[in-house]
Amino acid sequence: MREVAIVGIGTTKFGELWDKSFRDGFAEAGVKAIMDARVRGEDIDALYIGNMSAGRFIEQEHIGALVVDCAGLAGLNIPATRVEAACASGALALRQAYLAVASGCHDIVVVAGVEKMTDVAQEKIEDLLASVIDREWEGFVGATLSSLYAMIARLHMHRYGTTREQIAQVAVKNHANAAKNPDAQFRRKITIEDVLGSPLVADPLRVLDCSSIADGASALILAPYEIAKKYTDTPIHITASVQKSSTIALHDRKDITTIDSTVAAAKEAYEVAGVRPEKIDFAEVHDSYTITEILAIEDLGFCKKGEGGKFTEDGKTAIDGDIPVNPSGGLKGCGHPLGATGVRQACEIVQQLRGRAGERQIKDAKIGLAHSIGGTGGTSIIHIFERRD
Amino acid sequence: MVGIATYGVYIPKFRIKVDNIALMWGLNPEDVKRNLDVHEKSVPDMDEDTATIAVEAARYAIERVSLDVGSIGAIYVGSESHPYAVKPTATIVAEAIGAGPTMTAADFEFACKAGTAAIQTCMGLVQSGYIKCGLAIGADVSQSAPGDPLEYAASAGGAAFVIAKEGVMVEIEDTCSYTTDTPDFWRREGAPYPTHGGRFTGEPAYFKHIIGSARHLMERTNTKPEDFDYAVFHQPNGKFPAKVASELGFTKEQIQPGLVVHKIGNTYSAASLIGLAAILDVCEGGERIMLASFGSGAGSDSFCMKVTDEIKKYKDKVPSVQKFSENVLYLDYAGYAKHMGLI
Repeated sequence: MREVAIVGIGTTKFGELWDKSFRDGFAEAGVKAIMDARVRGEDIDALYIGNMSAGRFIEQEHIGALVVDCAGLAGLNIPATRVEAACASGALALRQAYLAVASGCHDIVVVAGVEKMTDVAQEKIEDLLASVIDREWEGFVGATLSSLYAMIARLHMHRYGTTREQIAQVAVKNHANAAKNPDAQFRRKITIEDVLGSPLVADPLRVLDCSSIADGASALILAPYEIAKKYTDTPIHITASVQKSSTIALHDRKDITTIDSTVAAAKEAYEVAGVRPEKIDFAEVHDSYTITEILAIEDLGFCKKGEGGKFTEDGKTAIDGDIPVNPSGGLKGCGHPLGATGVRQACEIVQQLRGRAGERQIKDAKIGLAHSIGGTGGTSIIHIFERRD
Repeated sequence: MVGIATYGVYIPKFRIKVDNIALMWGLNPEDVKRNLDVHEKSVPDMDEDTATIAVEAARYAIERVSLDVGSIGAIYVGSESHPYAVKPTATIVAEAIGAGPTMTAADFEFACKAGTAAIQTCMGLVQSGYIKCGLAIGADVSQSAPGDPLEYAASAGGAAFVIAKEGVMVEIEDTCSYTTDTPDFWRREGAPYPTHGGRFTGEPAYFKHIIGSARHLMERTNTKPEDFDYAVFHQPNGKFPAKVASELGFTKEQIQPGLVVHKIGNTYSAASLIGLAAILDVCEGGERIMLASFGSGAGSDSFCMKVTDEIKKYKDKVPSVQKFSENVLYLDYAGYAKHMGLI
């Protein structure tokens, strides 16, 4: 297997992009990434596109061909593949592209993540999102993604003494980080009182505990590490790309306060990259709900199981803490256009490792970790990135 | 100069408080009132519809200046709740006020801005000399599905304006529009209630179009917000007009007299026009007013107006907008449902 690097990144602003269509989104992100890497159309060997549900959101399938066509690359007959793993679709596209380059099959590969969610009426969204959980055994009996995470939060609070305020601190921190991110949807600070005073979604989770419905697109350019310097002075090395599965339904898990697939993926990713959790300088984790970030930092080994709430409350995951988590603002602060999120996380890590993250720059960042999950953890994908100078 | 020769409004006397609607649907009334800045809304009586409301408003306009109805050369009624899909409301109004038959009449529809579109059309006919004066009306018994967020504000009311060249109490110095095809809110043929795009009705619809037309008007007339004594914007709730005023650079004091949505709700095609009437009720002559309507679908008509001394002659001849908020009768949700034909 060859070593793989990221040589270009591009992202749109995330949010309610009323004036941008699905194709406008990936075109903007893709052009930015291509310009960043200074590659030509003829250099590109393949595209991988992470997209969860264009079929239901905008009634468009055949996304691979659409992206190639709208990017003006159809004349080159570049192969394009759309991949799907619910909310982890973007991370899965990155992994597929990584495998294609690492295997020697392709050299220059474009990864795109895109979702256009706000064209769907709000009352239909919750049901649409319930397609990421087990429709037959969860959705049909009334469960929604929010209600399942609410149960996880309730058990975590009961079993470990995690407080509502500690969970709310995740949103407070991520909004504070997003305020420094020009591409984030919610660039405003909030307080614990704001979170606890926002309308209930599924007890105990409230509106400000949930990531948002958003539009957005992000893109990356991958290249074999040995030729990466041809395209950029600061190639970012992908030192681990691991994907693990677990049961799609929450009730089939041994313990719903642990995402098994994340634990398994983290174990293997640390082995492959040759690092321990303490060596990770910062992480972009999947905070689809505030409780999801608490689980993630525990399952990734940044703190012990059950201590995620206190760890967050103590500021350990703040941008100036021991292990900054979601310096971009995360899914909560940036918005969560499902298929785009995993690719956006990688863009943030590259920005940080390049030292070009502006106001939210983490000092001396060398190793970053991206964690993305589908649904309640049926899929977990972890990438570890390193800058080697 | 072409302008407003007289005006009249009509708002039904029934009200329902937002609290009653919120409690019916299990929501916290304080949250709803804070989010919308609407406290109560008007409800039509069981035998009132857009035609009867338009007639009432037109009669008050005529009575204010003892207008010779024989001089009316055109009647246009703007509404999104015309009682008939095919058969004009405007002919009912004409017959009821004794106008015609040597005149033209038609119904207008452009969501909540059909009334201002009717004013613009009358302006063209008057300015060109085809007619002496035209009657433009915005009236609605607004529809909203039970439980829909629209239900907290969708109300009933009408405003009538006679557009003429001579003896006007308001000169219309300029008007312009901003129009795009934006599907923010619609009702298909045969559908009982409108559908809307939720948050999409905000920035890309209401705000984009009102700001577009208001800025275009200020450029054309070489005016700034501080050149106006008053401004009135379409008011689907209390929050939107306050925000759009602030974004355009108008002060709270400039919009306050025309902000009537808190107590009467969103009268759709009549909303900005009743707001204008409320401002005219307090004018003494010499004031400059900006009006910017909004209609989903979407467009905004802006008007730059100057009040003349004529207005002093016709004060308190007919009920003011304020008067319609006195001696109102409150309904509970069951009474409201009965009035709206839901039960």
